[in-house]
Amino acid sequence: MTALSDFVVRTMATQAFRLAAASATAFLLVSALIVGLLFWQTNMLLTDHVVEELRGEAAELAHEAATATPEAFAERIRVRSRVAGTSLYYLQDAGGQKLAGNLHALPREVAESATGGVFRYAREGDAPGSDRLGVAVPVAIGGGQRLVVGRDVEEQLALAARIKRTFLWGFGILALAAVIAGLAVGRAVLGRIEVINATTRSIMAGDLSRRVPVTARGDELDELSASLNGMLDRIEQLMNGLREVSDNIAHDLKMPLNRLRNSAEAALRDPRGAEGYREGLEAAIEKADDLIKTFNALLLIARLEAGVVEESAEVFDLGRLVRDVAELYEPVAEEAGLTLAIEAGDGIQIRANRQLVGQAVANLADNAIKYSAECAVARRSVPSGAAVSVKVRARSGVAEISVADRGPGIAAEDRDRALRRFVRLEKSRTQPGTGLGLSLVAAVARLHNGSVRLEDNAPGLRVVVTLPLAPDTRSTS
Amino acid sequence: MRVLVIEDDRETAHFLQKSLKESGHSADVAGDGETGLAMAQTDAYDILIVDRMLPKLDGLSVVKTLRNEGDRTPVLILSALGDVDDRVKGLRAGGDDYLTKPYAYTELLARIEALGRRAIPEEQETRYAVGDLVLDRLSHRVTRAGEPIQLQPREYRLLEYLMKNAGQVVTRTMLLENVWDYHFDPQTNVIDVHVSRLRSKIDKGFDRPLLHTVRGAGYMVRDGAL
Repeated sequence: MTALSDFVVRTMATQAFRLAAASATAFLLVSALIVGLLFWQTNMLLTDHVVEELRGEAAELAHEAATATPEAFAERIRVRSRVAGTSLYYLQDAGGQKLAGNLHALPREVAESATGGVFRYAREGDAPGSDRLGVAVPVAIGGGQRLVVGRDVEEQLALAARIKRTFLWGFGILALAAVIAGLAVGRAVLGRIEVINATTRSIMAGDLSRRVPVTARGDELDELSASLNGMLDRIEQLMNGLREVSDNIAHDLKMPLNRLRNSAEAALRDPRGAEGYREGLEAAIEKADDLIKTFNALLLIARLEAGVVEESAEVFDLGRLVRDVAELYEPVAEEAGLTLAIEAGDGIQIRANRQLVGQAVANLADNAIKYSAECAVARRSVPSGAAVSVKVRARSGVAEISVADRGPGIAAEDRDRALRRFVRLEKSRTQPGTGLGLSLVAAVARLHNGSVRLEDNAPGLRVVVTLPLAPDTRSTS
Repeated sequence: MRVLVIEDDRETAHFLQKSLKESGHSADVAGDGETGLAMAQTDAYDILIVDRMLPKLDGLSVVKTLRNEGDRTPVLILSALGDVDDRVKGLRAGGDDYLTKPYAYTELLARIEALGRRAIPEEQETRYAVGDLVLDRLSHRVTRAGEPIQLQPREYRLLEYLMKNAGQVVTRTMLLENVWDYHFDPQTNVIDVHVSRLRSKIDKGFDRPLLHTVRGAGYMVRDGAL
């Protein structure tokens, strides 16, 4: 019983029930108004009809009274009174004595008014107390006589009562039906919402693979469920991305931490004592620095993924910056026995954070030199021509930086992955440096509404970074 | 130098105080922004080391207040924040240099020493000389023992910065920032290659090397051994 009342209470609290109740109430009110109006009008019509008829008969009788003798007139009334029906008559002489008619007495309510009205009377043979309602008008016939012509309206009254009763019953049933329908709709809606709730609760509890069931009906709730599921898909996707990212970060930080620990342990075991400790500490600091570098790179990528650069953005000449950065690496390339070809003209203006773009170019140059050198060592030969080439050009509204090397390249199927956040390709883990170079380049490009693509340099890798040109140069170039 | 360290992390503050003392400086410590500001306003310090995130009054507000009062004491801002715009904000607030945590103490020391030196009114020196190495800032000519040395423009600026800070450690990051104006990590030690090229031009063939590598810290131009 408590469960049922609980269900009713909860259903009544639903939006669906409230809507059903409100519409049922409104419907009932309007139909009551219409029916009331109809009832009133019907009643009016009937009453009017009766009064009209009475007036007609009164006029007729007045005429007869004027033309016939009083005895003949009384006889006529008597004849009319004998006809079974609803007509009522009462004729009395000047002395107040009844001469003819089927009423027992002159209805006082009518006799005292000039225009007539309703009155109650009792029929012969009726049980006492069962009065009937009549309508009557007085007829002016002169000679001290008084005549009242009336109609019994008890039937009309009964009809009106029946109509009233029918409507009341109808309204009752309608109201009940509305409540039941409201409860049913509420229950149906509540049931489906309960399913959605249960699903979300289990998702909140950690089961992100659950989905809200979608029926074939394709109604609003299905639409809601579908968008909830869409949202869940996106969240799950993001969570997986995040998990991958944190796994990568953990891996990137764990390895150098482990190396740091190893070198501290090795130093402690060093039998040489102070000298060994010093070396060990120096190695530890060096490894801590590597760790910090990796950490900073990770942090920077994370910030770039989230950030905007409005405050530090400036318009500058990209060609010049790239030339400068490439020149910074030129001696490094030469030391590695590589040539670095720079092809960057002036006048390509972009609006960006200069330091970040510099960092991106530095990462690209650094990677290019590192991998080209590795390959050159493996082949025991310096590749002919420019091993590393850095180019800047403006093309169809964007500035394009391309850095190409003669290294091992990246297999076509790995290229997409290489640009993902925090992803290090297995190969790069064996290389010195953070291995996050490309991820950072991609983050910098994304931050500036640019893009990065990896191409085959046959052999080697070509990284092409595009950045939007500064607005004023775009119009002139 | 008298240094005021405004830093709320006790361990860091203590470490800085001790290390600065060992490096021949004296250091006071303030644990929050308000105390730090009051100390900086009443006492004369040669340099302020201000952490960005401080209780009561944040580091940038401390620096802004001092600058508005006309205080020109060099300020090194320390920050654990790593936002792209943070450095710009720090310098805009009136900081002279900006260092992101975690940092190497040698880096911090080199920077405050360079800042302290900057505070000494620099009579526009037109000529730097270390031993027999002379750099003429007007003619952009460099000679060693009277012999001219041909330098690339970048090498010239590298040497100029090193000689301006002669006798003091200059870190790789400082070189990257001041000679190249790059505030990012170049991944590999590109600076080493540039310095070794410079060294081969100015020290090669001479008995007394002038451009020294300071282990774990950076470089120093100095007449005589370290």
